[in-house]
Amino acid sequence: MSGGAVAATAAEQQDIRSPHNDGGATEAKGVGTSKWTPYVLLTPGMLWLAIFFVVPTIVLLATSLYTGSLDTGYSFEFPGNWSTYSAVITYLPQFARSFVFAGLATVFCLALAYPLAYFIAFRSGRWKATLLVLVIAPFFTSFLIRTLAWKTILADDGFVVTVMNTLHITDLMSHMCLGSLCLTESDRVLNTPLAVILGLTYNFLPFMVLPLYASLDRMDPRLVEAAQDLYSSPWTALRKVTWPLSLPGVVAGTLLTFIPAAGDYINAELLGTTKVSMIGNVIQDQFFVVTDYPTASALSFVLMLAILVLVFLYVRRAGTEELV
Amino acid sequence: MAAVTNPSVAVAAPRVARTTKRPSGPVRWVRERIIPIIGSLVLFYMFLPIFVVILFSFNLPNGRFNYKWVQFSTQAWTNLCAPGGMCEALQLSLLIGVLATLGAVILGTLVAFAIGRHRFRGRSATNLLIFMPMATPEVVMGSSLLTLFVALSFARGLPTILIAHIMFCLSFVVVTVKARIAGLDPRLEQAAMDLYADERTAFWKITFPLVLPGIVGAALLAFSLSFDDFIVTNFNSGSTVTFPMYVWGAAQRGTPPQINVVGSLMFLVSLTIVLVAQVVQRRRAKA
Repeated sequence: MSGGAVAATAAEQQDIRSPHNDGGATEAKGVGTSKWTPYVLLTPGMLWLAIFFVVPTIVLLATSLYTGSLDTGYSFEFPGNWSTYSAVITYLPQFARSFVFAGLATVFCLALAYPLAYFIAFRSGRWKATLLVLVIAPFFTSFLIRTLAWKTILADDGFVVTVMNTLHITDLMSHMCLGSLCLTESDRVLNTPLAVILGLTYNFLPFMVLPLYASLDRMDPRLVEAAQDLYSSPWTALRKVTWPLSLPGVVAGTLLTFIPAAGDYINAELLGTTKVSMIGNVIQDQFFVVTDYPTASALSFVLMLAILVLVFLYVRRAGTEELV
Repeated sequence: MAAVTNPSVAVAAPRVARTTKRPSGPVRWVRERIIPIIGSLVLFYMFLPIFVVILFSFNLPNGRFNYKWVQFSTQAWTNLCAPGGMCEALQLSLLIGVLATLGAVILGTLVAFAIGRHRFRGRSATNLLIFMPMATPEVVMGSSLLTLFVALSFARGLPTILIAHIMFCLSFVVVTVKARIAGLDPRLEQAAMDLYADERTAFWKITFPLVLPGIVGAALLAFSLSFDDFIVTNFNSGSTVTFPMYVWGAAQRGTPPQINVVGSLMFLVSLTIVLVAQVVQRRRAKA
C-alpha cells in the first residue's frame, strides 16, 4: 500500500479523538440547511459503497452456496454442497499460516515502530515534520517494486544472508519450527517463512508508525517527568505512563497492520514458495487457475468472517470502543 | 520547549543522587542515545529497498531477471519504454489514477460535508459503512466485486477497474476531508455571516477555501492508492494491464531494469512534491 494511505489513517485517528468531532456538526451549518441536505450530499457516495461494497459481499456469500463448475454451469443450492465447506478444512494450514505470519509481522512492526514513533514525537525537535515525511517516503514507490527489491537484499549469496550464515543465525532459525514449517532453511532466507514475514513487516510498517506517533504526540511529556520526579526508573515510566497512554495508537496500528497483512498474497508469492503460501494465494488461484468460484468465494467469505471476529475480540479486550 | 521534551535535564539532580554505579564510556554513550539509535536503524530498514531499487535501475542484467548486480549502465534510463507494454501500462495506470481520484474526491467530499456539518438519522450507520472497506482485506473486496460482475455477466476491463478504485478510495477521501472539516473554527463562517455574507457566499469564500487543503491531500492520497493498487485490480481487470499488473507479470517472466527506473522516478517525484509543499507551508506560516 502506498504512503498516502498511511497519512489518512493518521488523520482518521486524530479525527476519532478530536473533541470537535461532533461539536462541529451542530455549530456550523452550511448552504441550504434543510432537513434533506445531508441526505442529498450522502446519496451518491453511499449508493456507490452500497452497490459496489455491500452488494458484492452478499453476492460473495451467495456464490459460495452454488454448486457446479464453469463448464457445467452453476446452480444455487441451499445449504450448498459440502465440498465447498470442506475446502475451508482443506486449506486450514493456509488460513493458519496467514494469521500466524500476519500476527508475527504485527508484533515485529510494533517492536520497530514504537522506538521510531517515540523518537519522532519526543526527541526530534524541529526535524519532526521532515522525519514524518521520511517515514512515508519509501512508500511512494510501488508496493511490488519494493517487495522485489527484497529479493535482491535477501539473495542466497547476498551480504545479509552471508552475514546471517556466518553468525549461524539462519541455522538457529531453521530449528524454530511450527509443525513441519521452519522459520528459515539452514543456509538461506529467500523462499522461507522468514522472508515472507520480513516482507509483510516492511510493507505495513508505516501503518504502525503513524497511529503510534499520533497518540504519543498528543501525550504531555511532563507526565514522564512527573513519574521520574517520583523516583520511577525510565523503564517503569515507560511501562506505567507512556505505554498505557499510547494504547489507542497501539490498537489502531495493530489493526491497520494485521488486517491487510492477513489478506496479503504478494509477499508470499514474490518472497516465498507454494510451501509457504497464504490464504490469499489460494483464493487467487481458486478464482483464476482452478476457476472454482464457489470454493473461492467460501474461502474469501470465511477469511472476512475470521478477521471480523478476531478484530471484534481484540478491540473488546483492548477496551477501546472509540475506533469505529 | 527543550526543557519540557528532555526529561533527563529536568530531573538530573535526583537521578544522580540515586544511581551511583553509572556505566561510563561507550556503554553510557549508547544508553543515553538508545532511542535515536534504534529510530535511525528502523529508518535505515525502511530505506534499504529504496536504495536497492535506485541502484539496480543502473544495472545491466545478464539474464531476464534484474536481481543481481552485473555492471553500471544508464541504458534503462535512456530507453525507458524499451520493454514491450510497460509504458502503455504506465499510461493506463496514470489515466485510471486521475479518473478514480476525480470520482472518489467528488463523492467523498460530499459525504464528508454531510457528516462533518450536519446531524441526521443514520449517522453512525454511515460512519460504519465508510469504515468497513478500510477494515476489509483487499483480497476479499476484490473477489466479492468479481463475483458481482460475474453474476451480472459484466465484462471486466477499464470500467470495472474504475468502479473498484473509486469504491476503495472513497472511504479514505471521506476520512481525510472530514478530519479537516472537524478542525475548522465555526466562528469564521459565523463572522462572515455577521458581515452580511449570505450562506452561499460564506461557504464558497470562507469554508470551502479552508477545507481545500484537505481535499487536495485526499486527492493525492486517492491517486497514490489507485496508482499502486494490485490486488483489487487483479481481480477486476480482465485482460487490461495496469502498471502494478505489469510488474507482477514481469516478476514471473523477467524483470527489466526499466521497472526500477519507474520506481525511482515515482519516489523522487513524490518526495519532491511533498518537500515543496512543506517549504511552501512553512513560508506561509512565517508570513
